[in-house]
Amino acid sequence: MSAAPEPRLAHYVATEPFEPLATETLTPEQERFYRASQWRIMWWKFRRHKVALFSAWILLFFYASILASEVLSPYNLHSRDTRHIYAPPQAVHLFHDGRFVGPFVYGYSMELNMQTMRREFLPNEDKVQPLRFFCRGDGYEFMDLFEANVHLVCPAQGGTFFFFGTDRLGRDVFSRIIHGTRISLTVGLLGIAVSFLIGITLGGISGYYGGWIDNVIQRFIEMVRSFPELPLWMALSAALPVNWSPVLIYFGITIILGLLDWPGLARAVRSKLLALREEEFATAAVLMGASPGRVIARHLLPSFASHLIASLTLSVPSMILGETALSFLGLGLRPPVTSWGVLLNEAQNINVVALYPWLMLPVVPVFIVVLAFNFFGDGLRDAADPYK
Amino acid sequence: MLTYTIRRLLIMIPTLLVISFVTFSIIKLPPGDFLSNQIAELRSQGDKAALERAEFMRAQFGLDRPFIEQYAVWVGIWPAERGTAGERGFSGLLQGDWGWSFEHDLPVADVVGDRMLLSFILNFTVVLFTWAVAFPIGAYAATHQYSWGDYGLTLLGYVGLATPNFLFALVLMYFANVEFGLAIGGIMDPEYLDQPWSWAKFGSVLNHLWIPVIVIGTSGTAGMIRRLRANLLDELQKQYVVTARAKGMPPFRLLVKYPLRMSLNPFIADIGNLLPSVISGSAIVAVVLSLQTSGPMLLEALRSQDQYLAGSFLMFLALLTVIGMFVSDLLLAALDPRIRLTGGVAK
Repeated sequence: MSAAPEPRLAHYVATEPFEPLATETLTPEQERFYRASQWRIMWWKFRRHKVALFSAWILLFFYASILASEVLSPYNLHSRDTRHIYAPPQAVHLFHDGRFVGPFVYGYSMELNMQTMRREFLPNEDKVQPLRFFCRGDGYEFMDLFEANVHLVCPAQGGTFFFFGTDRLGRDVFSRIIHGTRISLTVGLLGIAVSFLIGITLGGISGYYGGWIDNVIQRFIEMVRSFPELPLWMALSAALPVNWSPVLIYFGITIILGLLDWPGLARAVRSKLLALREEEFATAAVLMGASPGRVIARHLLPSFASHLIASLTLSVPSMILGETALSFLGLGLRPPVTSWGVLLNEAQNINVVALYPWLMLPVVPVFIVVLAFNFFGDGLRDAADPYK
Repeated sequence: MLTYTIRRLLIMIPTLLVISFVTFSIIKLPPGDFLSNQIAELRSQGDKAALERAEFMRAQFGLDRPFIEQYAVWVGIWPAERGTAGERGFSGLLQGDWGWSFEHDLPVADVVGDRMLLSFILNFTVVLFTWAVAFPIGAYAATHQYSWGDYGLTLLGYVGLATPNFLFALVLMYFANVEFGLAIGGIMDPEYLDQPWSWAKFGSVLNHLWIPVIVIGTSGTAGMIRRLRANLLDELQKQYVVTARAKGMPPFRLLVKYPLRMSLNPFIADIGNLLPSVISGSAIVAVVLSLQTSGPMLLEALRSQDQYLAGSFLMFLALLTVIGMFVSDLLLAALDPRIRLTGGVAK
């Protein structure tokens, strides 16, 4: 043996009395973590996902805007300025001649181009039109409740403020986009409600009962899934009676959008239920005489509600895009109901791309909202996943 | 494998039956039909001869019969009266008879012409394009996780996802025209439209095909990239990869030989998700670009309640999806023996 033997440790006896629970006391942070509800943990996880958090703020902003569309938009939905048809967007400037003026726009000077036979609007550097804020403009009926005429921003007296330009009737595209938000964003939510209802019911029955019921429902789900969505949506919306009022059409479209979206949800519900129904708490509930409906809704579904919500968020964008596509084809919502899709319907031909590209601007909010919903849903799903 | 194929084929039959029923009932949902609308119009004009003809047609095509009978005749499981002699015969989808298009006053098969073939070519190309693009990008994003390339490509995928197809199609068409002087719209040059197939026609189709392919492909590619990336990431952490790496296998060969092959599996199964969206996408893009595929004519037929034309189009699209899924399931079973053994249908 070359290595010297280790010196023996001194004999040690702890003088304090032995506390068997001492090692299990938690630090305050740990305690906070273990006592937190499931939703709170989700929130903590979600907070770390910066992009998702940012997307949540954007969505909040958009949804908040539908509460005050009339105030936020400089013009009304249907106000027309017949002197400015197809006017290009007016950029907001701050400085004129090197001098600070505050936010203002240059007025238009109109020329008739004899070659193309079109009216051309060019910014006129002499017409400085400072914007007014919290001002009186077009009168409107706020949410059909009371009349008002206050706007967040209006053009100068006798001036114009077409931030996104005007369309073929001289209507302000920017204001119409703000008004369209109301319809476009709620279409998705109502559609989700429909698909949620169908998905949970069918998935719940399928997962809870199993056996041949399960088999039939599963086959049915496969059939629905194998159907291309858009042509079926087209067929369904073509089937909506022409004499319906625009509001009824709106509800019809939301139901149509929700009608095809549920299979994924139903499948998720089913697979979770198949596992959960074997748990003791489910058996206990059954023994206590709870009806199947109660067991599913009251005991089983809450165990993965967070997951369901996350997957629902992810299917909103496809509905928004679906509505846009249908309205674009003229099969969806009809004027005077205005959504982003209805606005894009104006941009249907190639001339618009070449001559009036600003009519395609309603695609910007569609793009932002769809992206935000995707990131938000991703973050939510990660947060809801207990195994990560 | 044979029993699996047969079982899978048998499942398709009730699926197609239900789809045909749903399709037909949706088309018949609006009150009235093409001919009854026409009859009302003719009555207001007082055109006696045309009125009689329309009424005769309506009786001949059994549009005055109950819904179920019309459906059964359309599918071909119920004999229909043909001609004035009162002879009855089966003639429906099952017998290869697509029905009659009232608007064009021609058999659906003649109206449709090679539109269905073009539809098929278009959708097939889109699927190939999606695979060709998503595969390398997904593999790159997974092997370079959290790099700038990964973030950039993911963002690009999202952008493709969030842009409405039809608008993208418009813009791309405009720029293709301005920059490269390409013809606007259509799936081939107009002079080839009703010509028999030739190499020149084929070349013209190829020349026009790329815009719709890119437009439709972008929306599906994003999801594909994300799924491939997630699958590959899972595989890359497994023991066998670590072992191979420890044994000194070159990284690229390692990637191609093991994990990539494993993650190929869900890639093929994914066609079930991909196809419906591709076909949906092609329907609307076809309207915007006025392609001579199913889109614009389907829209027109739906609007005017030309029931057999619309029904046949919808059935064809559904058939395309169902067959595509069938092929993907077969491929999957060929690739992964586990699926055959358990007898499960790939989902």
